[in-house]
Amino acid sequence: MADDTILRRNFLKGAAAGTAAALATVAPAQAQTSAPAAPALPASNTPEAHPWLTLNATEAAFITAAVDTLIPADELSPSGSDCGVAVFIDRQLAGAYGNGARLYRQGPFLKAKPELGYQLALTPREFFRAAVVAANDFTRKTYGKDFDRLGEADREAALKTMETGKAGFPGFSSSMFFDALLQITMEGFFADPIYGGNRDKASWKMVGYPGLPATYKEEIKTYFGKKYDKPPRSIADFS
Amino acid sequence: MTTTLKEVDAVVIGVGWTGSILARELTKAGLKVVGLERGANRTARDDFSLPSVRDDLKYAVRQELFQDTQMETVSLRHSVSETALPIRRLGSFLPGTGLGGAGSHWNGLTWRILPSDHKLKSHLSDRYGKDAIPAEMTIEDFPVSYDELEPYYDRFEKLCGVSGRAGNLRGQIIPGGNVFEGPRQSEYPNKPLVQSMAGSLMEAAAKGLGYHPFPGPASNASAVYTNPEGLTLGACEYCGHCERFGCEANAKASPNACVLPVLLADERFELRTHAYVKDLVYDKQARKVKSVRYVDTRSGEEYEQPAGLVILGAYVFNNVLLMRVSGIGEPYDPASGKGAVGKNYCYQVSGNSLTVFFEDKEINPFMASGSHGIFIDDFNGDNFDHAGLGFFGGAWIQGGTSNGRPILTRPVPPGTPRWGRDWKKATAKWYSHAFNIGASGCNYAHRENYLDLDPTYTDALGRPLIRMTYNFRDNDYKLAEYLGQVLGRLGKAMNPTLMSSPAVRRGNYSVVPYQSTHNTGGTMTGADPKSSVVNRYLQSWDADNLFVMGASVFPQNASYNPTGLVGALAYWSANAITTQYLKAPGPLVHA
Repeated sequence: MADDTILRRNFLKGAAAGTAAALATVAPAQAQTSAPAAPALPASNTPEAHPWLTLNATEAAFITAAVDTLIPADELSPSGSDCGVAVFIDRQLAGAYGNGARLYRQGPFLKAKPELGYQLALTPREFFRAAVVAANDFTRKTYGKDFDRLGEADREAALKTMETGKAGFPGFSSSMFFDALLQITMEGFFADPIYGGNRDKASWKMVGYPGLPATYKEEIKTYFGKKYDKPPRSIADFS
Repeated sequence: MTTTLKEVDAVVIGVGWTGSILARELTKAGLKVVGLERGANRTARDDFSLPSVRDDLKYAVRQELFQDTQMETVSLRHSVSETALPIRRLGSFLPGTGLGGAGSHWNGLTWRILPSDHKLKSHLSDRYGKDAIPAEMTIEDFPVSYDELEPYYDRFEKLCGVSGRAGNLRGQIIPGGNVFEGPRQSEYPNKPLVQSMAGSLMEAAAKGLGYHPFPGPASNASAVYTNPEGLTLGACEYCGHCERFGCEANAKASPNACVLPVLLADERFELRTHAYVKDLVYDKQARKVKSVRYVDTRSGEEYEQPAGLVILGAYVFNNVLLMRVSGIGEPYDPASGKGAVGKNYCYQVSGNSLTVFFEDKEINPFMASGSHGIFIDDFNGDNFDHAGLGFFGGAWIQGGTSNGRPILTRPVPPGTPRWGRDWKKATAKWYSHAFNIGASGCNYAHRENYLDLDPTYTDALGRPLIRMTYNFRDNDYKLAEYLGQVLGRLGKAMNPTLMSSPAVRRGNYSVVPYQSTHNTGGTMTGADPKSSVVNRYLQSWDADNLFVMGASVFPQNASYNPTGLVGALAYWSANAITTQYLKAPGPLVHA
């Protein structure tokens, strides 16, 4: 396990160095200023030694950094990745949902008004693959680094640019990706912990959602207007 | 190769609410009935049990119980000049599949429409003048009056064990119930659900404004209840997992809980699951449906099932699709206004809402049933004067919660970011301190809102998709703005710490956000065979042994959730079949 971690970290450093070098001719100032910061990554930037099902190393680093920016650690909960949200996303994209379950996939695929919903030929897995490449291209152009290498303020700014659709993704709007990323992040944070996210029921504790068994025939009367004070329980607690 | 099977007395297509009810009534009359269900079997023990029944991701988000768009979907365009594109992922509405259909995963609101809704066109003409109804608003009367349908509403409510409080008992107005409803012969089978904090705030605000609040009619039994079929419902646990979920407590009425156990035990009934009906074999000369062709989705083999009587009880879109691909009835043409199959497709002007936030009140949104809350009907139908308003119709308005499942339900004050530290703070602070007031607007027919066949996209059987040409229209937008003002008044009267601005339906119809699974029309009932598909007994004008069930027969959609009317019409039609048609098969109404 430890060996894997070292290998992956080295690989990521190598990838980042290669990127910086390639960009040097285009944007030397940015590449130079960013270079010294690269080795001193905050701990949360590094993907855990986790056996990813489908995400490649670059994607795992991006998703980990993204969910930690969307759900930062504070007194209310650990960070998104510490709650398992990156693991959740990996599993979802590797499984039926990621591979296009319940998605009508017959062509022709035409450009459409947003009110007609998702009209791309890509499965969610393929969509995230294309979008992470586009997102890192955007942050390298703008900040000189892959998204996961940015400091918190730049990550927030980069996500806001994507959210407003101004990150210039090829093929589809960056806001479409941001919305999908935010949606799957919130699913991971708030879903039952059996899916790998919401570790230790962190989000349920944060908001006061009691989870299971949700049998309140009597309690709806006794807790009228009162705070519900029982600790949350999940599917695994009853299995 | 198609295997032709031995003829049976009756075939029911789709084993949801209407298919189960018709199959039950027909077997009681002595017929041998085959039920063709495209989906899998579903049982409470295996499919709706703790703990997995509480899996929010699986059921509410990944859509476990719904129609799979890989098998079939619907395409949409906003006007006749556009190219329709398929709805690739369900969002705006969520049709069911599998035994029990959407009846296993609804919320349970069980309404009667208003007496004036039953005769909408003549009512509005009488009150506002013949020219008051715009030409493009192709509304009609239901050819069945409220008084005629009353015993059948009553029957369906007793089947479901509806919890509520009457507001009009045989003409006597009862404060605390819905004083606008038509006269009912009996009180609801169960007492109203336990009042929630959100409901109590709504009730006080509505009373303060001089409105008439009442508890919603809920097919979530407030106490253990045995229905006339001898089947026992449990008492509601207020678990907050109605819509999109099966009911673990057996308290939410469903075909699976209220009819099927009796039906499946009857040897005159045979259920065939994975039986995906492809088309009906129609003899135009004889004006009869001879048989039903279906594909067994487990093997791909095709079967032809001859039957004396055919009940079309699929969802709205499939009812229209099967009529079209089988060549029964004249397709509607919006240019000429001729033809009726596909005409008057309607939906619901829902999603009008306002969120109220109370710093000092615990809402406990997770303790709820799907039909929970306090309603007002003061702004519904024609319960208020529409002179000079520029629109017709209205909405029920509800204050309450139906769940606190946090993947989808996390209210935050206006201006809160969607993510990051400030989003977390607001979410933690307000999760249990807020709720919605919502309005479900009626949707009146429009000449250019209709269903036909898509020229490009096909389903898993190679048939064209149903193409929906639909948008909200002037009447809908004006209604929504009006409702926004009412919501604002109600919110203010609650004196909340904070409240959002009313969000009302504006812009094009979108397939993305959930609105309601209240799709109606396309095989409308009427008095004239030229402008309707089925007669007042839901019998096809073009094939006397074909009866079409469900909300596809509505000429337009009132504000009310359709299941109560769907159930009542199913019993009404079943009564006509068993007392009239079986004795003398032929048209029940002569054109």
